[in-house]
Amino acid sequence: MDASQRPQLEKKKADINYILKEAPREQHFITGAQAMAEAVKRANVDMAIAYPITPQSEVMHLVGDIYAQGHIKEYYRAEEELGTMSAIAGAARAGVRLFTATSGPGLLRGLEAIVSWSGHRVPAVLGILTRVVNAPLSIQPDNIEMAYMMHCGAVMLHAENQQDTFDYTLAAFAITEKVDVYIPVAVATEGFFVTHAKGYVDMTADDICLNDFDPVAAPVPAMDNETPPARIQRDAPVQKSNFMSYLIHSVWQQEIWDSNQRAMKYIYEYLGGPIEVQNPEADVFVLGSGCAAAQCREAHRYAQEDGLSVGFIKVKAIRPFPTEEIRDALKNAKSVIVPEHNIIGWLCKEVKAAIPNGGIVVEGPRVYGGMTLPVELIMKEIHTALGLEYDLKL
Amino acid sequence: MAEQQKRERYNIRISGLGGQGVVTTAHILGSTMDNAGKFASLVPFFGSEKRMAPVEAYVRASNQPIYEVGEVVYPDIIMIYHSQVITHGKSYTMPFYTGLKPNSLIIINTDHDVLNEDDIKVLEDLNATVVQFDATALALQIAGTELATNMAMMGMLLGLTKLVSTENIEAAVKERFLGTSFVSSGGTAMLDSAIEKKFKKKEELLQKNMDVINKTFEMADSVDISGSELIVRFDI
Repeated sequence: MDASQRPQLEKKKADINYILKEAPREQHFITGAQAMAEAVKRANVDMAIAYPITPQSEVMHLVGDIYAQGHIKEYYRAEEELGTMSAIAGAARAGVRLFTATSGPGLLRGLEAIVSWSGHRVPAVLGILTRVVNAPLSIQPDNIEMAYMMHCGAVMLHAENQQDTFDYTLAAFAITEKVDVYIPVAVATEGFFVTHAKGYVDMTADDICLNDFDPVAAPVPAMDNETPPARIQRDAPVQKSNFMSYLIHSVWQQEIWDSNQRAMKYIYEYLGGPIEVQNPEADVFVLGSGCAAAQCREAHRYAQEDGLSVGFIKVKAIRPFPTEEIRDALKNAKSVIVPEHNIIGWLCKEVKAAIPNGGIVVEGPRVYGGMTLPVELIMKEIHTALGLEYDLKL
Repeated sequence: MAEQQKRERYNIRISGLGGQGVVTTAHILGSTMDNAGKFASLVPFFGSEKRMAPVEAYVRASNQPIYEVGEVVYPDIIMIYHSQVITHGKSYTMPFYTGLKPNSLIIINTDHDVLNEDDIKVLEDLNATVVQFDATALALQIAGTELATNMAMMGMLLGLTKLVSTENIEAAVKERFLGTSFVSSGGTAMLDSAIEKKFKKKEELLQKNMDVINKTFEMADSVDISGSELIVRFDI
């Protein structure tokens, strides 16, 4: 049976603003993997392609289930990750809505294809369920792979919890398909700490889904039928070795990063902005993204209960990076603590570069290789920044 | 403005061996809190989920929303499903009470004393309470299978802490074994299948589990966890 004959569920189609902001929601207690698959279910996805890797495999297993239930039209398991990501690029030429997901080493194995997606104007949504990359082999959570992903032109959102995973994934489909964006959107969240952990998710009904993908509303044609069966390269001159190819390529790269910047207005529209700030008048801030933001939020609550002057900043968008928003939020700060789930501190480096007085940035606490980030470690840094003692025993 | 409700929070670390239902306990505990209108978050330690391998799972339970994620490094409650976790050093966190907060609770499934003098000194300094009972024997005695050990452990925890009612637990156990929303790994699914065959009917499984839980609630009623005694022992 081919895809056109396979029965699809009858659903009410709706605009993303209705789904994200107006549609009634019901609370469920589910894992992050379930939350991402539930978002895919409501996104009216045409095609999912994947190769399994822990902890992403649970998401794509669930997406396989919803394919069997008739929520999406086509699904196949690729031969390996480079094949997955290449197939996504190929499918994009047919003008369909696409979803895939990967983890750690899988992302790196598919990276060559992924970094070409932006240039090919592939409007796909990529789930990144983060996992250790570095040797020795481990399947534990660590978000260092996001550092490798940050420079390929894709929009990158970093979900704090199961609720964000659901909302960001749905919003990602809308953002990637905007004609002035039309580059991939990655939704990252921590493997295991979110994907295999249960939390509360307010979800819309699953009989309402996103309007159909419209391949005509694209900055590039979906497929060139002038040269049958199809022309692989959309813009042939780019591959020629002459001055024009350099020029076209450089202009194209500029356009991709401009597209990335243009995504910011949709991040404001759908996610309320690229950052969340609490207690903006504080002297000391804790700033984090992903589930490090969850730990910062908890530390902020403890600090409030103890009467300490501490603010909280959550970074939702890694690309485009909210440079101006962070600079403004930290303009009167005396210290900013940046906890992270990776050894190099990629978020810390971005924050340092974004503000004029980078010396106020406290690098860490950082955990990696699968370690959890105890809130108590953040509390210790808060106390140190405020000149207070903190008794931390292990 | 009404005074903000005081935050009550238990960070629970569960250590045991693969096959004892450590991760399953975490899922049911989370759903139990949810049924009671309270909050929970849970996460298992992953990577070694196989029979007899050390396994840990973590649950945070509270009367207020929980933001924190990840493994529990600083627990209020530790549950030990198999004494090997203590005596053979099989826990991921060694010694097993690492990070334990003052005035905390430890529940150990054992038929003999497993704490050495050094352990006892540390736990006394922390003003901890240790509840020791043979959960496996109780499970065999009441449910007719050691596979209900996790129910005995969970029942004792909830009986001691009075976090939820038995009705809340029953709904969660029912959802776990009769519901459709649980996503299990291949190994867990196989184990479920084995359990089903053993009990013939899922309804019977549910009743046996609840019998074990009700018994532990009854036992827990006789314990004052804020008392001065370090170790509370039950004979099964």
